[in-house]
Amino acid sequence: MAREERKRDVVIVGLGWTGSIAGIELAREGLDVLALERGPDQATVPDFKYPQQIDELKYGVRLKMMQKPSHQTLTVRRRDGETALPYRVLGSFFPGNGVGGAGTHWNGLTWRPQPEEMRLRSYVTENWGEDIIPEGMLLGDYPVTYDELEPYFTQFEKVAGIAGKAGNLNGEIQEGGNPFEGWRSEEYPMPPHKTTYDSAKFREACIAAGYHPFQAPAGIASTAYVNPYGMQMGPCNFCGFCERYGCYQYSKSSPQTTILDALKMMPNFEYRTESEVLRVEMAGDGNTATGVTYWDENAQEEVFQPADIVILCTYQTNNVHLMLLSGLGEVYDPSTGTGTLGKSYGYQMNGGVTMFFRDAEFNPFVGTGSNGVCIDNFSINQNDFGALGFIGGSYWRSGTFNGQPIRSMPLPSGTPSWGADWKAGIGEWYGHAMAIGSHGSNLSYASNHLDLDPTYTDRHGRPMMRLTFNWHENDLRMNQYMKSQMEPLAASMNPDIMQSAFKDIGAQYDVRPYQTTHNTGGHIMSETPQDGAVNRYCQTWKAHNVFAMGAGNFVQNTQYNPTGLVGGLAYHTVDAIRTQYLSNPRPLV
Amino acid sequence: MKAAFHAWNHKPYLVTEKFGAYSVDIANYRSFHQQGGPDMSHHPDYPDRRSFLKASAAGFALSGLAAAASAQDAAPLLPLEDYVPEYLDAAEWAFVMAATARLIPSDGDGPGALEARVPVFIDLQLAGDYGSADDWYMEGPHEADAEPARGWQSPLSPAQVYREAIPAFDAWCTQTYESGFADLGTAQQDEALKALDEGEVGLAPQVRDFFTILLANTKEGYFSDPIYGGNHGMQSWVYIGFPGARAAYREWPERHNIRYPLGPVSINGDRA
Repeated sequence: MAREERKRDVVIVGLGWTGSIAGIELAREGLDVLALERGPDQATVPDFKYPQQIDELKYGVRLKMMQKPSHQTLTVRRRDGETALPYRVLGSFFPGNGVGGAGTHWNGLTWRPQPEEMRLRSYVTENWGEDIIPEGMLLGDYPVTYDELEPYFTQFEKVAGIAGKAGNLNGEIQEGGNPFEGWRSEEYPMPPHKTTYDSAKFREACIAAGYHPFQAPAGIASTAYVNPYGMQMGPCNFCGFCERYGCYQYSKSSPQTTILDALKMMPNFEYRTESEVLRVEMAGDGNTATGVTYWDENAQEEVFQPADIVILCTYQTNNVHLMLLSGLGEVYDPSTGTGTLGKSYGYQMNGGVTMFFRDAEFNPFVGTGSNGVCIDNFSINQNDFGALGFIGGSYWRSGTFNGQPIRSMPLPSGTPSWGADWKAGIGEWYGHAMAIGSHGSNLSYASNHLDLDPTYTDRHGRPMMRLTFNWHENDLRMNQYMKSQMEPLAASMNPDIMQSAFKDIGAQYDVRPYQTTHNTGGHIMSETPQDGAVNRYCQTWKAHNVFAMGAGNFVQNTQYNPTGLVGGLAYHTVDAIRTQYLSNPRPLV
Repeated sequence: MKAAFHAWNHKPYLVTEKFGAYSVDIANYRSFHQQGGPDMSHHPDYPDRRSFLKASAAGFALSGLAAAASAQDAAPLLPLEDYVPEYLDAAEWAFVMAATARLIPSDGDGPGALEARVPVFIDLQLAGDYGSADDWYMEGPHEADAEPARGWQSPLSPAQVYREAIPAFDAWCTQTYESGFADLGTAQQDEALKALDEGEVGLAPQVRDFFTILLANTKEGYFSDPIYGGNHGMQSWVYIGFPGARAAYREWPERHNIRYPLGPVSINGDRA
């Protein structure tokens, strides 16, 4: 018999970025809010403090800030019919764990999608016709537009304290910004960062080639800053320990630095850690939830937590898993196209060129996770899909972000991986290499989906979630196009040696190397209950008092890092809860 | 933790260095420094790097004295040959000593795996939660022979892989060269490791990733903070020019094409 706790107005599942946003906005509305967090508490002090955080082995390699597969993981296969095997050791992606979630260990890159990406199906069909959409691709429009989300992007960027230079202010193109971005109602909250040597070389080559370089939009403070919640950030010192680490000096945008201390002061907010939600409990009518059942790690017992509103704010994989386990929708079946839960899983298609300059000093340890100069000349709204033979695009970036030598040791191809020549190679080349990365779109397909695994279970005895995912030719063609355009630019910089790494046609998904923690879809937004799991307010079609935050809502992934859209959608959702739902709880669409 | 190694996370290791246990790597340092290293003479705010390196070479014993003086109550670090492993047995230890010595050899510029005390690092990692795969999902069923792109599917933890793979590889060496790995000459050791690297040794599927983790663990021990028992004296960081835990470069983004001049610091506050 589960212990039962006092009923709350709102229970939030997972206290990362979106849980913190929902928590503070709804607590400010006067609601009685409880957040349940699976992992431990984490705060800048003592958990991220110097010098203990500056430990590549513990955090960069052993991944002590991440979700442990022994606690929770999923199974993976490349195609229907293949037996899915557990993702036993973290490799391709790293879901976070603990208070702050993935918002503690990210790099800070904060983009908005291009307006065309929010209505990609319409954009494609209007310009090139339905016929260029490959068979099996689930190309969709978001049920909200860029214009509708613009105020919420702005709100998130002010809270998170983003540094950058606007390229489009209310339709006016701005010198030094990204001319291909969607319009902004205001300039970035903080000025752009300084430019490191590799970025400066890249910028020079881009200008010579006629491209339009700009400083990367960074969730890394470039100056002292106080956000709308009164949270203070200090300017970054380019320590180079962003991705996989908590920031030791209050510079990286995170729930800890921008929301949580303000939220914790509110008497109508409470959070419990080591409290892993196992399922959402549905009422007898099947149309609403009564609360959630969670595992209290300290008491070693199940607890029923009643609430009027349930907001799922866990990482994308865990949100979809919880919804599958709770019956919050019908499971998607790729053979019939019926069902919505697990549909349209998305990822990212990345590649890059590494250049070696014997006489250059790049000091690769001087950097930030969002460091660098970017171009958007090969982005979605710049590519002629009909002529190029693919739908998609990428942004390019060059900038040092960590010189940590266990993992960041680029060597010219042909250098042995061990022995005397390897040792000579690291002495010869460390600090003399730079790279340009292509961060690209990976669209959604019927065959890339999520459901429950028939064999493997987690530590609570629940079926694991099963990911079926592989690369598709459309996106691999995009990647090869980027290679063909990036190599000449890299060559124009006259490196002593250069080498490319772009997945080629026929590439199969490999779970071992880290690629990106930009997992999207699975509980996608839709205009109708037939096409997705949630409506335009991220309210589940199944139960009107259950909302789902995060990148699981993405109709298809964008070409950019997802957090800007995740934050914008979160503010859009809480605004709808505050202004439309509370006064009259009901399906909002 | 065994008493023999209770001092691993304290400072005084330079005491034994000063008294001769590490004469070889000190000599390596000198030969590197005498070649002059890269020219860092052109930044006005920092001391000339060449003189800095000269000072650090000459000051190696001095810094040892300073470290010793600050931690007189801690026992000196044991020489590598006297180290008592936490996890590895005698034959495994001999293998790890011999193998890492070829993966990162001592000759040439920069420390080798032995000067960096990589075998100590590996032993401690295998004795800890990495060795026992505490964070990994290890429930069955296992398909150890799945395609490599499917990720780790062995039922064995890293520590168990070392335990099963070392005798299997040694048996292959004995069959091929009539001697176990540790007793081979360096040329044959390199040849055998190449065969292991290229999957030509015929290891069972559940230990087929042995070389991959052995090499990864060797590089981890070479480059990680010294608190884990390897990267002794931060020599590998000095060699490549990584400043370790300094983690404060506010004035550096716009100092283009100028080599950062300061040597590394460790989490425990030591300098090299």
